[in-house]
Amino acid sequence: MEDQRTHIISALVLHKPGVLQRVAGLFTRRGFNIESITVGISEQEGIARMTIISKGDEKVLEQITKQLNKIIEVIKVRDLEPETTVKRELCLIKVHSPTEKVRSEVIQYANIFRGRIIDVSPETLTIEITGASDKIDALIDLVKGFGIKEIARTGSTAMSRGIKTI
Amino acid sequence: MRGGEALIKSLTDQGVDVVFGYPGGVLLPLYDVIYDSDLRHILVRHEQCAAHAADGYARASGKVGVCIGTSGPGATNLVTGIATAYMDSSPIVAIAGQVATGLIGNDAFQEVDTLGMTMPITKHNFQAMTQNEIPGIIKSAFYIAGTGRPGPVVVDLPKDVQELELNTGKEVKIDLTGYKPTKKGHPLQIKRAANLIANSKKPVILAGGGVILSSSSEELLKLSESIDAPVVTTLMGKGSFPEDHPFSLGMLGMHGTKTSNFVVDECDCLIAVGCRFSDRTTGNVAEFAKNAKIIHIDIDPAEIGKNIDVDIPIVGDAKITLSSLVKAVNQIKTGGKTDEWMRYIQNFKGSCIPRMSFEEVPLKPQQVIKEIMHATDEETIVTTDVGLNQMWMAHYFKSGHPRTFLSSGGLGTMGFGFPAAMGAKVAKPESDVVAVCGDGGFLMVSQDLATIKEYDIPVVICIMDNRVLGMVAQWQKLFYEKRLSHTHLGEVPDFVKLAEAFGVNAERVEKPGEVQEALRSAINSGEPALIDITIDPEELLPMVPPGCGLTEMVGEYKVENEDYAKAKYHKEAEERAGD
Repeated sequence: MEDQRTHIISALVLHKPGVLQRVAGLFTRRGFNIESITVGISEQEGIARMTIISKGDEKVLEQITKQLNKIIEVIKVRDLEPETTVKRELCLIKVHSPTEKVRSEVIQYANIFRGRIIDVSPETLTIEITGASDKIDALIDLVKGFGIKEIARTGSTAMSRGIKTI
Repeated sequence: MRGGEALIKSLTDQGVDVVFGYPGGVLLPLYDVIYDSDLRHILVRHEQCAAHAADGYARASGKVGVCIGTSGPGATNLVTGIATAYMDSSPIVAIAGQVATGLIGNDAFQEVDTLGMTMPITKHNFQAMTQNEIPGIIKSAFYIAGTGRPGPVVVDLPKDVQELELNTGKEVKIDLTGYKPTKKGHPLQIKRAANLIANSKKPVILAGGGVILSSSSEELLKLSESIDAPVVTTLMGKGSFPEDHPFSLGMLGMHGTKTSNFVVDECDCLIAVGCRFSDRTTGNVAEFAKNAKIIHIDIDPAEIGKNIDVDIPIVGDAKITLSSLVKAVNQIKTGGKTDEWMRYIQNFKGSCIPRMSFEEVPLKPQQVIKEIMHATDEETIVTTDVGLNQMWMAHYFKSGHPRTFLSSGGLGTMGFGFPAAMGAKVAKPESDVVAVCGDGGFLMVSQDLATIKEYDIPVVICIMDNRVLGMVAQWQKLFYEKRLSHTHLGEVPDFVKLAEAFGVNAERVEKPGEVQEALRSAINSGEPALIDITIDPEELLPMVPPGCGLTEMVGEYKVENEDYAKAKYHKEAEERAGD
């Protein structure tokens, strides 16, 4: 398994029930790795965009794209080049912050990472942060010491830079 | 028009003349329509047989076969047949009943998630949630099943939509944006392939089921003869090339002929057409055709590079691609350099023609197959079950025409042979149809003797009866210290009496010469018949152990003429050593 790397696969699919199951089922059945999968509507009506983050060598990737293309409801599949792709993930972190001191520290960290506080309670602060996955990892590491109550991450979504579309 | 009527009308619009099915609670509205319809419905005795019969119908005719089963257990019983069709790229449309739309998800009586269950074993599947979708779904289902790389399509049909009135226009439009089967091979790749072939000294063609599916046997023959390349086939490719042709070397693989396995090992250019390099074909992939540059022609891009790395991939329909390739190679002058290769092959082939004649009792399978060949003509459709009976037939039986040798290759489904023969006979009533089964596999589907009797479908079932699960027992003998765990089937049933209980003519044969006679008279009777052939349970087939290269065969390879073989082989070996 040499040349393993993380791939960003972007796929346009018909926005219909069962499509996600077809795609996810394909990964399980063929033993393909899947790190995250995100789905949402696209710029075209009736068509959704899926972003799948998967690890594998070139041969595996070739099989993934070919097998995805065989699904009738999949319209287009592209393995995005990491260098020319913007990739973002959204994460919500609920941090245990019972004291004034902790709260101000958490807010400071959130600010440094261009995060926002979107919910406050006497016991907790909830940070919203968007960015590349490693940036989110870094913030989580920093606030871990205060006690994290809950994390919700969306998984990455991505598109090519510049005029290129799929 | 109501949903059920729309479904039947859509089927007849697609040219469907027969369906194999079994009714049930949620299919009552549909079966009420079938009651008045001209569509021929054959009531099988188990839904698995409906799917296999539709599959056999499709394989024999090239048309899409149709089967119907009710919700829940009806659908789960269809699953084995659908998976069989999927693995062998056979075009069938399976219609499964479903509980009413309002009940879906409630774990209603006889509810099962047919869509989820069949997703990994179908080319595509549909659920008709409104009656208006039915015509479009059926049209799409047939289009998807029958084009590109064919395959099964499931249509899940809830009870209520069968009863509701349609309120749409007449015209049925389908939109399959994401489905564009590639047809033509890339011209540049074809040119590269032609050059590679022209520069090779020892070319071999490997023909798979895709050649049969795309009806390109004629083009295959042309290619073989224009480049002087012998042809080996996969199990699914059997019948794609006439096996009495001097260039035919028989099946390749784990249970392949010695000639095929050795010649592929030695070739310098392998032209693979419509095959997927299954593990049963290649043996150890690191050893497979290690001296050869490989050209792979297939309509499914995902098959290229999946199991074997290839040098020149060509994605396209085999028929169109082969005919372009023939043109391209004919434009390049090759000039007689393959004489030596063909001479070598003919000598090798001559030295390992399998021995077919045995006087022993109990009968040797080779002798049985020889007699089956004598009793049938080249238009006869034979089906096999799975296991030793299948591999013996693949190895020894000479098939002359596409769509006349039907076997469950990929899934290896025991119980396939008999119902597939039933479907084939319905598709081709003018052809004789013989099902060669093992005793184990036949017993899995024997209830459908009722179907062939009731509908007078005159197939002849030949049971290679050794009272043992032969293939599994062979592996136990070879690889598990002869510990025959649960592979002996015992004394029951008496297959002759079993057939007679269904009113099917039956006979037991035990001696050389009797098979031929019994089979001929069974075929001539024009009635369904069963012949129980007692064979030697000890007979094995030489094989390549899993994980080995194709030339590492074990087991005694019995040849027609030992002395000739030795003389020829040694002479050839000496000549080659002298080079």
